[in-house]
Amino acid sequence: MNETIDVTVNGEHRAVARGATLLELLESLALDPRTVVVEHNRAIVRRPSLGGVTVASGDAIELVHFVGGG
Amino acid sequence: MVDTTLTIGGRSFRSRLMVGTGKYRDNETMARAIAASGAEIVTVAVRRVNLDRTQEEGVLYHLDPQKYFLLANTAGCYNAQDAVRYARLAREAGFNEFIKLEVIGDQETLLPDVQGLLDATRTLVAEGFKVLAYTNEDLVTALRLEEAGCAAVMPLASPIGSGLGLLNPFGVRTIKARLKVPVVVDAGVGTASDACLTMEQGVDGILMNTALAAARDPVAMARAMGLAVEAGRGAYLAGRMPRREVAVPSSPLEGMLD
Repeated sequence: MNETIDVTVNGEHRAVARGATLLELLESLALDPRTVVVEHNRAIVRRPSLGGVTVASGDAIELVHFVGGG
Repeated sequence: MVDTTLTIGGRSFRSRLMVGTGKYRDNETMARAIAASGAEIVTVAVRRVNLDRTQEEGVLYHLDPQKYFLLANTAGCYNAQDAVRYARLAREAGFNEFIKLEVIGDQETLLPDVQGLLDATRTLVAEGFKVLAYTNEDLVTALRLEEAGCAAVMPLASPIGSGLGLLNPFGVRTIKARLKVPVVVDAGVGTASDACLTMEQGVDGILMNTALAAARDPVAMARAMGLAVEAGRGAYLAGRMPRREVAVPSSPLEGMLD
Protein backbone atom coordinates (compact mmCIF):
# COMPACT_ATOMS: atom_id res chain seq x y z
CA MET A 1 0.00 0.00 0.00
CA ASN A 2 1.23 3.45 -0.92
CA GLU A 3 1.58 5.63 2.18
CA THR A 4 2.31 8.89 0.40
CA ILE A 5 0.77 10.84 -2.45
CA ASP A 6 2.40 13.27 -4.85
CA VAL A 7 1.39 16.91 -4.77
CA THR A 8 2.90 20.13 -6.09
CA VAL A 9 3.85 22.71 -3.48
CA ASN A 10 5.10 26.06 -4.77
CA GLY A 11 5.91 24.44 -8.09
CA GLU A 12 7.91 21.57 -6.55
CA HIS A 13 6.82 17.94 -6.44
CA ARG A 14 6.50 16.70 -2.89
CA ALA A 15 5.38 13.48 -1.30
CA VAL A 16 2.91 13.92 1.54
CA ALA A 17 1.23 11.40 3.78
CA ARG A 18 -2.03 10.04 2.42
CA GLY A 19 -4.94 11.70 4.22
CA ALA A 20 -2.90 14.70 5.34
CA THR A 21 -4.72 17.99 5.75
CA LEU A 22 -3.38 21.37 4.61
CA LEU A 23 -2.65 22.19 8.24
CA GLU A 24 -0.59 19.01 8.58
CA LEU A 25 1.24 19.87 5.36
CA LEU A 26 2.20 23.25 6.83
CA GLU A 27 3.34 21.57 10.03
CA SER A 28 5.47 19.12 8.07
CA LEU A 29 7.15 22.10 6.38
CA ALA A 30 7.66 23.86 9.75
CA LEU A 31 5.48 26.77 8.61
CA ASP A 32 3.33 28.77 11.00
CA PRO A 33 -0.18 28.97 9.51
CA ARG A 34 -0.48 32.55 10.79
CA THR A 35 2.35 33.67 8.51
CA VAL A 36 1.34 32.10 5.20
CA VAL A 37 -1.64 32.15 2.89
CA VAL A 38 -2.65 28.84 1.34
CA GLU A 39 -4.03 28.50 -2.16
CA HIS A 40 -5.32 24.99 -2.87
CA ASN A 41 -6.02 24.24 -6.55
CA ARG A 42 -6.39 27.98 -7.19
CA ALA A 43 -8.82 28.57 -4.31
CA ILE A 44 -7.76 30.38 -1.15
CA VAL A 45 -8.28 28.32 2.00
CA ARG A 46 -8.72 30.45 5.10
CA ARG A 47 -6.79 29.65 8.25
CA PRO A 48 -9.67 28.18 10.27
CA SER A 49 -10.44 25.73 7.44
CA LEU A 50 -6.89 24.42 6.92
CA GLY A 51 -7.38 21.48 9.29
CA GLY A 52 -10.52 20.38 7.46
CA VAL A 53 -9.18 20.16 3.92
CA THR A 54 -7.51 16.89 2.92
CA VAL A 55 -4.83 16.94 0.25
CA ALA A 56 -5.39 14.70 -2.78
CA SER A 57 -2.94 13.28 -5.28
CA GLY A 58 -2.01 15.80 -7.98
CA ASP A 59 -3.18 18.83 -6.00
CA ALA A 60 -1.44 22.14 -6.62
CA ILE A 61 -0.75 24.08 -3.46
CA GLU A 62 0.73 27.55 -3.24
CA LEU A 63 2.08 28.93 0.02
CA VAL A 64 2.70 32.68 -0.11
CA HIS A 65 3.62 35.53 2.19
CA PHE A 66 4.73 39.16 2.02
CA VAL A 67 8.24 39.95 0.89
CA GLY A 68 10.00 43.23 0.20
CA GLY A 69 8.64 45.05 -2.83
CA GLY A 70 7.85 48.46 -4.25
CA MET B 1 -0.62 77.43 5.53
CA VAL B 2 -2.59 74.52 6.93
CA ASP B 3 -2.72 71.46 4.71
CA THR B 4 -5.54 68.95 4.46
CA THR B 5 -4.97 65.34 5.46
CA LEU B 6 -4.29 62.77 2.77
CA THR B 7 -7.35 60.52 2.64
CA ILE B 8 -7.48 57.44 0.40
CA GLY B 9 -10.41 55.04 0.34
CA GLY B 10 -11.91 56.63 3.45
CA ARG B 11 -8.73 56.32 5.50
CA SER B 12 -6.51 59.23 6.52
CA PHE B 13 -2.73 59.08 6.51
CA ARG B 14 -0.21 61.28 8.28
CA SER B 15 2.47 61.29 5.57
CA ARG B 16 2.32 62.03 1.84
CA LEU B 17 5.41 59.91 1.30
CA MET B 18 4.93 56.18 0.75
CA VAL B 19 7.86 53.81 0.51
CA GLY B 20 8.61 50.32 -0.74
CA THR B 21 10.48 47.54 1.02
CA GLY B 22 12.34 46.00 -1.92
CA LYS B 23 16.00 45.86 -2.90
CA TYR B 24 17.56 46.98 0.40
CA ARG B 25 20.98 45.54 1.15
CA ASP B 26 19.67 44.18 4.44
CA ASN B 27 16.49 44.28 6.48
CA GLU B 28 17.94 46.41 9.26
CA THR B 29 18.79 49.19 6.78
CA MET B 30 15.30 48.89 5.34
CA ALA B 31 13.64 49.26 8.73
CA ARG B 32 15.82 52.27 9.65
CA ALA B 33 15.28 53.97 6.28
CA ILE B 34 11.51 53.54 6.47
CA ALA B 35 11.47 54.99 9.98
CA ALA B 36 13.62 57.95 8.82
CA SER B 37 11.32 58.65 5.87
CA GLY B 38 8.35 59.29 8.13
CA ALA B 39 6.18 57.23 5.79
CA GLU B 40 3.10 55.49 7.10
CA ILE B 41 2.12 53.54 3.98
CA VAL B 42 4.66 50.84 3.16
CA THR B 43 4.37 48.56 0.15
CA VAL B 44 5.06 44.83 0.07
CA ALA B 45 4.93 42.10 -2.57
CA VAL B 46 3.28 38.66 -2.50
CA ARG B 47 5.59 35.75 -3.28
CA ARG B 48 5.99 32.06 -2.64
CA VAL B 49 7.42 31.06 0.72
CA ASN B 50 10.88 29.61 0.22
CA LEU B 51 10.39 26.10 1.56
CA ASP B 52 14.08 25.56 2.17
CA ARG B 53 14.69 28.62 4.32
CA THR B 54 13.54 30.11 7.57
CA GLN B 55 10.61 32.45 7.99
CA GLU B 56 12.94 35.38 8.58
CA GLU B 57 12.78 36.27 4.90
CA GLY B 58 9.17 37.37 5.33
CA VAL B 59 9.04 41.15 5.49
CA LEU B 60 6.63 41.15 8.45
CA TYR B 61 9.44 39.73 10.53
CA HIS B 62 11.16 43.11 10.19
CA LEU B 63 8.27 45.59 10.02
CA ASP B 64 5.71 46.15 12.73
CA PRO B 65 2.29 45.95 11.07
CA GLN B 66 0.85 47.94 13.98
CA LYS B 67 3.13 50.85 13.13
CA TYR B 68 2.84 50.88 9.34
CA PHE B 69 -0.03 50.59 6.93
CA LEU B 70 0.92 47.69 4.66
CA LEU B 71 -0.04 48.19 1.04
CA ALA B 72 0.40 44.99 -0.96
CA ASN B 73 1.17 45.20 -4.66
CA THR B 74 0.63 42.96 -7.66
CA ALA B 75 4.11 43.60 -9.04
CA GLY B 76 5.25 41.09 -11.62
CA CYS B 77 1.74 40.44 -12.99
CA TYR B 78 1.36 40.70 -16.76
CA ASN B 79 -2.38 40.20 -17.10
CA ALA B 80 -5.56 41.06 -15.24
CA GLN B 81 -6.27 37.50 -14.05
CA ASP B 82 -2.87 37.13 -12.41
CA ALA B 83 -3.18 40.56 -10.79
CA VAL B 84 -6.59 39.66 -9.38
CA ARG B 85 -5.20 36.36 -8.06
CA TYR B 86 -2.31 38.13 -6.31
CA ALA B 87 -4.64 40.78 -4.91
CA ARG B 88 -6.88 38.13 -3.35
CA LEU B 89 -3.89 36.37 -1.79
CA ALA B 90 -2.62 39.73 -0.52
CA ARG B 91 -5.94 40.53 1.13
CA GLU B 92 -5.83 37.18 2.87
CA ALA B 93 -2.22 37.67 3.98
CA GLY B 94 -2.66 41.25 4.99
CA PHE B 95 -4.54 43.56 7.22
CA ASN B 96 -6.63 45.65 4.85
CA GLU B 97 -8.47 45.66 1.53
CA PHE B 98 -6.11 48.13 -0.15
CA ILE B 99 -4.13 46.94 -3.15
CA LYS B 100 -1.52 48.69 -5.27
CA LEU B 101 -2.55 47.29 -8.62
CA GLU B 102 0.11 46.75 -11.23
CA VAL B 103 -0.55 45.08 -14.55
CA ILE B 104 2.65 45.30 -16.52
CA GLY B 105 2.56 45.36 -20.32
CA ASP B 106 6.23 45.36 -21.28
CA GLN B 107 9.20 43.67 -19.67
CA GLU B 108 11.77 46.18 -20.88
CA THR B 109 10.09 49.36 -19.61
CA LEU B 110 7.68 47.87 -17.05
CA LEU B 111 5.09 50.24 -18.46
CA PRO B 112 1.50 49.38 -17.54
CA ASP B 113 -0.98 47.44 -19.69
CA VAL B 114 -3.82 49.92 -19.33
CA GLN B 115 -6.52 47.60 -20.70
CA GLY B 116 -5.52 44.87 -18.25
CA LEU B 117 -5.35 47.47 -15.51
CA LEU B 118 -8.92 48.62 -16.18
CA ASP B 119 -10.21 45.04 -16.35
CA ALA B 120 -8.52 44.08 -13.06
CA THR B 121 -9.71 47.30 -11.42
CA ARG B 122 -13.35 46.57 -12.25
CA THR B 123 -13.10 43.02 -10.88
CA LEU B 124 -11.36 44.08 -7.68
CA VAL B 125 -13.60 47.08 -6.99
CA ALA B 126 -16.62 44.76 -7.32
CA GLU B 127 -15.00 42.52 -4.69
CA GLY B 128 -14.64 45.42 -2.27
CA PHE B 129 -10.97 46.21 -2.79
CA LYS B 130 -9.63 49.75 -2.48
CA VAL B 131 -7.59 49.92 -5.65
CA LEU B 132 -4.58 52.21 -6.10
CA ALA B 133 -3.72 51.79 -9.76
CA TYR B 134 -0.19 52.19 -11.10
CA THR B 135 -0.59 53.80 -14.52
CA ASN B 136 1.19 56.01 -17.01
CA GLU B 137 0.70 59.77 -17.31
CA ASP B 138 -2.15 59.44 -19.82
CA LEU B 139 -5.14 61.54 -18.76
CA VAL B 140 -7.79 59.42 -20.47
CA THR B 141 -6.60 56.24 -18.77
CA ALA B 142 -6.58 58.06 -15.44
CA LEU B 143 -10.16 59.23 -16.01
CA ARG B 144 -11.26 55.68 -16.89
CA LEU B 145 -9.58 54.32 -13.77
CA GLU B 146 -11.44 56.85 -11.66
CA GLU B 147 -14.73 55.90 -13.36
CA ALA B 148 -13.95 52.25 -12.67
CA GLY B 149 -13.84 53.03 -8.96
CA CYS B 150 -10.15 53.37 -8.09
CA ALA B 151 -9.46 54.80 -4.63
CA ALA B 152 -6.36 56.51 -6.01
CA VAL B 153 -4.61 56.79 -9.35
CA MET B 154 -0.83 56.46 -9.45
CA PRO B 155 0.80 57.88 -12.56
CA LEU B 156 4.51 57.26 -12.96
CA ALA B 157 7.18 59.96 -12.87
CA SER B 158 9.37 57.74 -15.07
CA PRO B 159 9.85 53.96 -15.43
CA ILE B 160 10.07 51.83 -12.28
CA GLY B 161 13.58 51.78 -10.85
CA SER B 162 14.93 54.21 -13.45
CA GLY B 163 15.53 57.21 -11.18
CA LEU B 164 14.97 59.51 -14.16
CA GLY B 165 12.72 61.85 -12.20
CA LEU B 166 9.53 63.55 -13.34
CA LEU B 167 9.61 63.31 -17.15
CA ASN B 168 6.15 64.72 -17.85
CA PRO B 169 5.15 67.34 -15.29
CA PHE B 170 2.39 68.58 -17.60
CA GLY B 171 0.82 65.10 -17.85
CA VAL B 172 0.86 64.56 -14.11
CA ARG B 173 -0.46 68.07 -13.42
CA THR B 174 -3.27 67.56 -15.91
CA ILE B 175 -4.30 64.28 -14.26
CA LYS B 176 -4.29 65.97 -10.85
CA ALA B 177 -6.39 68.84 -12.17
CA ARG B 178 -9.05 66.56 -13.60
CA LEU B 179 -9.42 63.75 -11.04
CA LYS B 180 -11.37 63.87 -7.81
CA VAL B 181 -9.66 60.85 -6.25
CA PRO B 182 -6.13 61.29 -4.87
CA VAL B 183 -3.25 61.23 -7.36
CA VAL B 184 -0.08 59.66 -6.01
CA VAL B 185 2.98 59.61 -8.24
CA ASP B 186 4.55 56.16 -8.23
CA ALA B 187 7.96 55.23 -9.61
CA GLY B 188 10.90 57.01 -11.16
CA VAL B 189 11.83 59.54 -8.50
CA GLY B 190 15.63 59.46 -8.11
CA THR B 191 16.59 62.13 -5.62
CA ALA B 192 15.15 64.81 -3.36
CA SER B 193 14.78 67.47 -6.07
CA ASP B 194 12.68 65.01 -8.12
CA ALA B 195 10.39 64.47 -5.14
CA CYS B 196 10.12 68.20 -4.49
CA LEU B 197 9.36 69.02 -8.13
CA THR B 198 6.78 66.23 -8.24
CA MET B 199 4.97 67.50 -5.15
CA GLU B 200 5.06 71.04 -6.56
CA GLN B 201 2.72 69.80 -9.32
CA GLY B 202 0.03 69.55 -6.66
CA VAL B 203 -0.21 65.76 -6.47
CA ASP B 204 -1.36 64.19 -3.21
CA GLY B 205 1.68 62.04 -2.54
CA ILE B 206 4.62 60.04 -3.87
CA LEU B 207 5.52 56.38 -3.63
CA MET B 208 9.17 55.46 -4.03
CA ASN B 209 11.43 52.50 -3.38
CA THR B 210 14.67 52.32 -5.36
CA ALA B 211 15.56 55.97 -4.68
CA LEU B 212 15.99 54.99 -1.04
CA ALA B 213 17.18 51.40 -1.37
CA ALA B 214 19.83 52.18 -3.99
CA ALA B 215 21.15 55.39 -2.38
CA ARG B 216 24.66 55.17 -0.94
CA ASP B 217 23.12 55.94 2.45
CA PRO B 218 19.46 54.86 2.36
CA VAL B 219 18.66 56.20 5.84
CA ALA B 220 20.01 59.68 5.03
CA MET B 221 18.23 59.68 1.68
CA ALA B 222 14.98 58.65 3.36
CA ARG B 223 15.24 61.66 5.67
CA ALA B 224 16.00 63.94 2.69
CA MET B 225 13.01 62.57 0.78
CA GLY B 226 10.71 63.18 3.72
CA LEU B 227 11.85 66.81 3.81
CA ALA B 228 11.59 67.15 0.01
CA VAL B 229 8.01 65.90 -0.02
CA GLU B 230 7.10 68.39 2.69
CA ALA B 231 8.98 71.21 0.94
CA GLY B 232 7.35 70.50 -2.41
CA ARG B 233 3.91 70.27 -0.85
CA GLY B 234 4.51 73.51 1.05
CA ALA B 235 5.66 75.34 -2.10
CA TYR B 236 2.60 74.09 -4.01
CA LEU B 237 0.27 75.34 -1.28
CA ALA B 238 2.16 78.64 -1.05
CA GLY B 239 1.79 79.27 -4.78
CA ARG B 240 4.93 80.08 -6.72
CA MET B 241 5.67 83.50 -8.28
CA PRO B 242 5.01 83.90 -11.99
CA ARG B 243 7.87 83.16 -14.36
CA ARG B 244 9.14 86.23 -16.27
CA GLU B 245 11.50 86.37 -19.21
CA VAL B 246 12.94 89.69 -17.96
CA ALA B 247 14.75 90.73 -14.79
CA VAL B 248 12.85 92.78 -12.22
CA PRO B 249 15.03 94.48 -9.60
CA SER B 250 14.41 93.55 -6.01
CA SER B 251 15.90 96.79 -4.61
CA PRO B 252 14.32 100.28 -5.01
CA LEU B 253 15.28 102.36 -8.04
CA GLU B 254 14.67 105.54 -6.00
CA GLY B 255 17.23 106.90 -3.57
CA MET B 256 20.25 106.15 -5.73
CA LEU B 257 23.20 108.59 -5.36
CA ASP B 258 23.96 111.15 -8.13
